[in-house]
Amino acid sequence: MPGSEMILEVKNLSKVYDKEVINIGQLSFRRGRIYGIIGPSGAGKSTFLRLINFLEAPTTGDIYFKGEPVFMNGRGAGLPVLQKMTMVFQKPLLFKTSVKENIAYGLKARGFKKEEIQERVETLLKKVGLNEFAGRLATTLSGGEAQRVALARAVAFEPALLLLDEPTANLDPSNVELIERLILDLNRDTDMTIVMVTHNIFQARRIPQEVIFLHEGRVVETGETEKMFTSPEDPRTRAFVEGRMIF
Amino acid sequence: MSLLFEGILQAFKLILTLDPYMMQIVLLSLQVSGMAVLFATLAGVPLGTYLGLKPAERTRFAGKLLYTLMGLPPVVAGLVFYLLFSRMGPLGVLGLLWTPAAMIIAQFALALPIIAGLTMIGIRGSGKEVQETARTLGAGKLLTAWTVVRESRFAIFGAVVTGLGRVIAEVGAVMIVGGNIEGRTRVMTTAIVLETGKGNFELAVGLGLALLVISFAINSLLYHFQGGGKDNAW
Repeated sequence: MPGSEMILEVKNLSKVYDKEVINIGQLSFRRGRIYGIIGPSGAGKSTFLRLINFLEAPTTGDIYFKGEPVFMNGRGAGLPVLQKMTMVFQKPLLFKTSVKENIAYGLKARGFKKEEIQERVETLLKKVGLNEFAGRLATTLSGGEAQRVALARAVAFEPALLLLDEPTANLDPSNVELIERLILDLNRDTDMTIVMVTHNIFQARRIPQEVIFLHEGRVVETGETEKMFTSPEDPRTRAFVEGRMIF
Repeated sequence: MSLLFEGILQAFKLILTLDPYMMQIVLLSLQVSGMAVLFATLAGVPLGTYLGLKPAERTRFAGKLLYTLMGLPPVVAGLVFYLLFSRMGPLGVLGLLWTPAAMIIAQFALALPIIAGLTMIGIRGSGKEVQETARTLGAGKLLTAWTVVRESRFAIFGAVVTGLGRVIAEVGAVMIVGGNIEGRTRVMTTAIVLETGKGNFELAVGLGLALLVISFAINSLLYHFQGGGKDNAW
């Protein structure tokens, strides 16, 4: 049942570069929910996403995926776990090949059959409104189109966990609306867990069901979106959601 | 000046009549340099990719070494391999001196740093981003590596072309380890040196022209595969 199963949990997670940038005691994400990670610039939002997607190794801490420890005592996750999650970057990198080849990449990596790949790619191209762009070289697309392809490529293999790092930053309003609708459709039609970093507090109020407020690498407050925006407990959360704290 | 024109005219005649002596030299040149570049590509592209994906501060020494070796004078490479392959040398027992194999090895040593170094530079540009994207899409190590190479193909083609240009035009290394033996180890560059010394300018110019034409043909072919440098190629 969506919302009951724990998909990802982190415990005592820290990351130290020159100084400590992440220090999170405990945080968990349930199946089928959309989580928004908000916070001022430099709060560690993107770093946190990179840590839970194993693009960087945490300095300390444990990560559990569906209750199983997948990062413990400095040892990282294997390919089977990595294949159940994916991430869309703020500036997506599309491969120098066609749009459909880009979308098919993750499916091919998982050994899907040719017919299944073709069917999924066609469905997704329609969903993101790019069915006429199938054969076009992906690197010639505009920013909004590229982000739609990146999103289609990420969800093609139906990951259990979708991480979005500022997916609509620098996009025009019509593309923002389209991508937000795609995220909401995904949430309605699948039981994917979506964790979305955003600096846009309006978007954070529109899309996620739960919000996590990060400040200086620490979780200040978490809760249902409406509660976080109407009656936050911490004064720093209040200052941020009221637009009084940006940096 | 007339000597040059006469040489060029004679050269065309030699090329058009496919002069057997010249053709034999041209074919051996292509074999030696082609094999050297092939092996240098097979070793240099993975090496350059590996180094390019590592943080620059962790590959500082390897980077400096590659840059230094990129400028290695062919005569120095020839000398080193001569000493290794000579009868008194540690590899003398292999009997490679004065053989095309020794020439391939010497040219391999000249091309490898160029191909590895230029691949490393090309990969460093966007390789990390490609690697991360491939990983987030569930690619295993092999597919990730292949994706990085594929996405950096223009830089890698450039590296291979530069490597080929370096070895096909060099004379020092092949002269020292090959010995310029007629019918066995005489290649275009060593033959040009010899024929110029003997005053056979038409053959020297003919070989020079053949060298240019071959170089142009190979580079044109590679440029075509590269899509004429356009981003939408392949």
